Amino acid sequence: MPKDKRLLSQPDINQTLVKLAGDIISCHSSPKEKDSLVLIGIHRRGVSLAKRLKAIIEKKIKRILPLGTLDITLYRDDLDTIGHLPVVKNTDIPVDLTDKSVVLVDDVLFTGRTIRSALNELAEFGRPKRIQLAVLIDRGHRELPICADYVGKTVQTKSDEIVMVRLKETDGTDEVVITKKPMHKAVKVN
Amino acid sequence: MTPDKKFVWTQTHLLGLENLSAQEITHILDTAESFKEISTRNIKKVPTLRGKVVVNMFVEPSTRTRMSFSLAAKRLSADVVDFSPSTSSLSKGETLKDTARNIEAMGIDIAIIRHTAPGTPHMLSRIIDASVINAGDGAHEHPTQGLLDIFTMREQKGRIKGLKVAVVGDIMHSRVARSNIWGLTKLGAEVIAVGPPTLIPQQIRELGVKIAYDIDKVIPEVDVINILRIQLERQRSKFFPTVREYARLFGINSERLRHAKKDVMIMHPGPINRGVEITPDVADGTHSVILRQVTNGLSVRMAVLYLVSGQPKAEEAE
Repeated sequence: MPKDKRLLSQPDINQTLVKLAGDIISCHSSPKEKDSLVLIGIHRRGVSLAKRLKAIIEKKIKRILPLGTLDITLYRDDLDTIGHLPVVKNTDIPVDLTDKSVVLVDDVLFTGRTIRSALNELAEFGRPKRIQLAVLIDRGHRELPICADYVGKTVQTKSDEIVMVRLKETDGTDEVVITKKPMHKAVKVN
Repeated sequence: MTPDKKFVWTQTHLLGLENLSAQEITHILDTAESFKEISTRNIKKVPTLRGKVVVNMFVEPSTRTRMSFSLAAKRLSADVVDFSPSTSSLSKGETLKDTARNIEAMGIDIAIIRHTAPGTPHMLSRIIDASVINAGDGAHEHPTQGLLDIFTMREQKGRIKGLKVAVVGDIMHSRVARSNIWGLTKLGAEVIAVGPPTLIPQQIRELGVKIAYDIDKVIPEVDVINILRIQLERQRSKFFPTVREYARLFGINSERLRHAKKDVMIMHPGPINRGVEITPDVADGTHSVILRQVTNGLSVRMAVLYLVSGQPKAEEAE
């Protein structure tokens, strides 16, 4: 059984989100920027993180922020190659994104393919002025030319490791751990 | 509404609701719920089935089901081919089996079939590798109609378990009735089949359905009245004396509805014979969800296309 290595505890996550919120506010400091800011969380944990960021930002700027949720399942480029189709969740974009400043929120930035799918989907809801990306963890191993604008923590990982973000809303606890991918029982030899 | 995390969809075809579990039916309904949003977008299209080919094989006439499937497939970015028996080699005597094999040789991924003969989609699913969706096989099943009916009930009433549903009319010849009965009873609803004795087969009791011959006794106690089309083309067989008598004894009109629950829901799979099984004021009235059923049909069919498209075929999975 692989042993988990804890990267962030609950206070660390809270602190990281406060820092991310501060960075987003700094980048949207003008009244026009504040007005156009929209947070969009990517299912599942990106949605929980976006909700938390929304609460922190709203408290600081004393303004209600629109919050959307995005499910990228129908935009994945690997549906043909995976065995079982993922469960489709809801996409809910409450405002027209044309001329808005969108901050996409996700838990882990890895290959960049999820973000590519998210960008394709967002393009169908209008033409935002710009789209930025906020992630709790950047673990590297990019397969596409994508980078985040706001990063909570950058971690050097191996490709056979898994970064697991656990949040109270979805997992009952707040922590980020790094663990080894479980070994397959049988190795197929060509 | 949240699907069980451990549940994994494993069906390659959708042949009927009889062979689906309650969990599988609920999974389709939950997936359809997520697809509803796509139809509200300015660009009503997602790339999910890009590169897949869907063939509409409607050997029996259809307007809304065929259009609904076409639109659903197009909204998922599939290429859609329509097949019409009158302009196909079927009219030259080619067997359906050969026609299907030839179409499959052109590289189709999903075949949607409607046929007058019960069991045709089941037969096709055994001879071609593509996924097969039953769009109505004789008087046997019409699973996507059953699913969209159940979806609409759940959407409007918030539940299926414990609902009392009257299915009114020609139960004997109705594939919609069978799919509704299988689906609803599996999800815990109580179904009452209502109509003239000549149009209700007694064996239907074996499916856990109550039978009633007097609509006025049933109306006050039900949450949903699902009205079936009276198949006028079958009236040569004289299952009831006259259409006028049927309308008087079983037609749903506003006078009858005065005795119904305030929030009773009126459903009809279409096409409607106005003035026969339902009066125009009821069909267009506040209790009616007939057009909502059509709208929901799109989401349900998108969900079904998505779900059957994803599984490796049996031989590949081994």
